[in-house]
Amino acid sequence: MSITVSKRRRLTPTNLRKLIRGLLFVSPWLIGFLVFTLVPLVTSIYFSFHRYDLMRPPNFVGLANYVRMFTKDPRFVNSVYNTVFYVGFSAPLGVISAFLLANLLNTRIVGRSGFRALFFFPSIVPAVVTAMIWRYLLNVQYGAINSTLVGLGLPRIPFLSNPDLAKPSLIMIYMWAQGNQMVIYLASLQDVPRSLYEAATMDGANTWHKFWHVTVPMCTPVILFNLIMSFVWGIQNFVLPWLLTDGGPNLATEFLAIHLYRNAFEWLHMGYASALAWVMFVAIVVLTIVLFKTSARWVYYGGGEH
Amino acid sequence: MTTQTPSYTSIDAALNRTEHWRPVISKWVADILRYLVLIVLAISFVLPFFWMVSSALKDDSQVYTVPPIWIPIPAHWENFPNAWSTYDFNRYMVNTVFKFALPSTLGVILASALVAYGFARLEWPGRDFLFSLCMATMMIPFAVTMVPLFVIFKTLGWINSYRPLVIPAFCGSPYFIFMLRQFFRTIPEELSDAARIDGASEFGILWRIILPLAKPALMVVGLLQFMYAWNEYLGPVIYLNDQHQWPIALGVAYLRDTTESVGASALAYPYLMAVSAIVTLPIVIVFFFTQRVFIEGISLTGLKG
Repeated sequence: MSITVSKRRRLTPTNLRKLIRGLLFVSPWLIGFLVFTLVPLVTSIYFSFHRYDLMRPPNFVGLANYVRMFTKDPRFVNSVYNTVFYVGFSAPLGVISAFLLANLLNTRIVGRSGFRALFFFPSIVPAVVTAMIWRYLLNVQYGAINSTLVGLGLPRIPFLSNPDLAKPSLIMIYMWAQGNQMVIYLASLQDVPRSLYEAATMDGANTWHKFWHVTVPMCTPVILFNLIMSFVWGIQNFVLPWLLTDGGPNLATEFLAIHLYRNAFEWLHMGYASALAWVMFVAIVVLTIVLFKTSARWVYYGGGEH
Repeated sequence: MTTQTPSYTSIDAALNRTEHWRPVISKWVADILRYLVLIVLAISFVLPFFWMVSSALKDDSQVYTVPPIWIPIPAHWENFPNAWSTYDFNRYMVNTVFKFALPSTLGVILASALVAYGFARLEWPGRDFLFSLCMATMMIPFAVTMVPLFVIFKTLGWINSYRPLVIPAFCGSPYFIFMLRQFFRTIPEELSDAARIDGASEFGILWRIILPLAKPALMVVGLLQFMYAWNEYLGPVIYLNDQHQWPIALGVAYLRDTTESVGASALAYPYLMAVSAIVTLPIVIVFFFTQRVFIEGISLTGLKG
């Protein structure tokens, strides 16, 4: 994987030609990066210090947007709490359940590819459809689960209409759709050298020991990667709560991304929304750095090909 | 265990055999437990889809029953065409495929392949820095660029068209660039060298040697992008206000808004489920035929972080 290049090289004519050729090949991305990422990124910082409603030109307000967030916007505080609650549970639970499922499928079983396809499928269903199915399935009046409960003489469970149950319900649906993670783990389980298990067996290790002392350590790099991605995506969680619960009931599922969207496109507080976006961005960066820093303690980069 | 006694029947041998049997029995128990867990899980994974299809076939009286009906008799198949014609779903379908999915898939494959080649198989100063930069952009939440992008597209007059969703695809996507780069690097350098000796340009090598070899990877990219376009909600909801321009996802969401707000209509849910089922069907078909390529592609992308 190492590329042998001289450390300090002048821009000789050959190098210049290589540079131009290289830039030409990556130019689609480079142009896209400048126009659709860098310019919006800088503009977003600019907007976050302004009051801007699309109609009138931006009006400089200094740090007012950021101050308002923490002092005059209880819905922001609420959305941060909801997001932390959601991500704090969904990311680890998703990683754990997908990893356990992958291990279950990695044993000698009949119909393995069938099960794998089945568990994978929910993760590629359109989010709109996922939202519709669960909205109906969990409906307090005509949903399948509650109709069954009533049929059995049990009380109804207001999955989506009770503020205390709405977030756990969303987390459950999230876990249902973690098949892509499971597939990634399944692939990495196949990369664990058999010799390690054989050696462990020789030392008298049982199934649990092998799982905990061989399988898990060997998979920690992939687990870390998926955990980070789960956090990054979880913090931005929008479509499912937006279509499933509209941020309700009683703002219980109004996550940061929903609050941001409302500010931007419902109330046209474009400047304030940009400030919210930067808080979200900083949170993601900080969380990723923290995870990377602490990962040295639990991630095993032993002999792999990396 | 007393049956089938072998010719030698000492106590020792019998003990030995029970010792020998114990792991077999516990293996059986473990197997049964494993299948039990798998089957219970499989049912709970499938049940929501089963509920969707069965609800799609219900009429008024079958919706409100306690306990719920899982197999409605009679099945109201007419719900499918009726639900589909509630709004102009044909148009939404055509919009999704021809204005969004196909062009953006074409663009993202071409651009990502070109860029990935530049990062994977050419040597030039600054390459590694730009590649890291490209990967780092994946961490930027859409929320940060969302507002300025909207303003930019509005200024350009792109709102209410598919340009905000398609044109950026022609710049490639970091995720696919990464995937294709990983794949391109596995192709032996000797092939390129041989072509270079024959006087082929770098672009010619990409077009005539690398791309034909990378067909499976390109297919995964195409599939993922197509599905992304089919599923995408947030982008269209921001950029497309005109109902004639909607993709399928917005149509489904709109059907939910309108049927539920009316409330009185019990057919709201069957119709919603019918449309949802139709929208899911292409995904099922595509997935059925491309399962292996697809799953291998997914595992490929996640692994080499």
